[in-house]
Amino acid sequence: MAKQLHVELVAVEEKVWTGEAEMVVARTTEGELGVLPGHAPLLGQLAEPSQVRIKQAGGEQVAYDVAGGFLSVTGEGVTVLAESASPATPAR
Amino acid sequence: MAAQVRVLRQRIRSAKGMKKITKAMELVATSRIAKAQAKVAASLPYAQAITGVLTALASNARIDHPLLTPRERVRRAGVLLVTADRGLAGGYSSNAIRTAESLIARLKADGKEPVLYVIGRKGVAFYRFRNREIAESWTGFSEQPAFDDARAVGETLIKAFSAGADDTDGDAGADGILGVDELHIVYTEFKSLMTQNPVSRIIGPLQIEERPRSEATAAGVLPAYEFEPEPESLLDALLPKYINTRIYAALLESAASESAARRRAMKSATDNAEEMIEKYTREMNSARQAGITQEISEIVGGANALAASGSEV
Repeated sequence: MAKQLHVELVAVEEKVWTGEAEMVVARTTEGELGVLPGHAPLLGQLAEPSQVRIKQAGGEQVAYDVAGGFLSVTGEGVTVLAESASPATPAR
Repeated sequence: MAAQVRVLRQRIRSAKGMKKITKAMELVATSRIAKAQAKVAASLPYAQAITGVLTALASNARIDHPLLTPRERVRRAGVLLVTADRGLAGGYSSNAIRTAESLIARLKADGKEPVLYVIGRKGVAFYRFRNREIAESWTGFSEQPAFDDARAVGETLIKAFSAGADDTDGDAGADGILGVDELHIVYTEFKSLMTQNPVSRIIGPLQIEERPRSEATAAGVLPAYEFEPEPESLLDALLPKYINTRIYAALLESAASESAARRRAMKSATDNAEEMIEKYTREMNSARQAGITQEISEIVGGANALAASGSEV
């Protein structure tokens, strides 16, 4: 099995989502980016408004609308910091 | 006699009514402590994550930001005071106000002019009554603060702080707004259910802790980060959020302290009411007994008097 990313999505008032994933897709102020396991350490500010998609093993995908967010990629995993995060509307 | 019994009975009834109210408030406060503590726990992951991100940023980028550099000359110092909206919380608000007052006195002694920002109706009432100027105040969320409240407070404070950058002596500078050069926060630390301490902390400019690198070197060299966008603009965006988080944490802790203080005050009020009920019940019983005894002795005395006068009974 391929290596997995440990993903944490934390909002100010609570921890929103945490678990293992294959890929995280987010859009920073510079542009859209996908994070795969082994990605170089990165610190990014997410665009406003922004959607973070977390692709889990088995093709399942969760998406969150994030406001005031930051993305931090380290050797241990991915942390998404948000002022507020809500499950994305599936229509988009 | 009967009148005294009636008065006592009335007092017992009112003490019982009071006890019901204070008991209810005690229970409400107890459940609010638990809720506030849960919120503190829920806010921890974000606080830890943002601290970690800032640490990474600080160790990778040159730190040069107005929110991080102490001003050469501090003319005005902002003081954010967190108090309760409602009373009946023992010394909670007055202790916080007293701490703020001593901080203000210290600032004045250092030649800094204090600028007051107050959260909670009790603090607002205190300064209004004394005709002291309040730069801005917020009320209505002291028991259950949300992050939006903290953000509103934080934005005002940061705006004042950045407006203070170009101030000169007695002059508002280029932007025409009198800002502040320092930010302090006075809130109540939640130590335990029994102890809450009012404390004053400095939140602006932020102080950078230079930690010895032993931990970092033990874990290997810190990774070289890529930044999107540039570290400077990232710092720009992150630092205000960090200050908001600090304020939010202070608000949450104060809310827990307020509920704990209220619970303790209401517990002792309930105990006192119980004591009063007991005391009045005893008094009422002895008054009733005294009345009965007196009535009997009156009847016996009357009968004896009749017998002594020789008339037939």
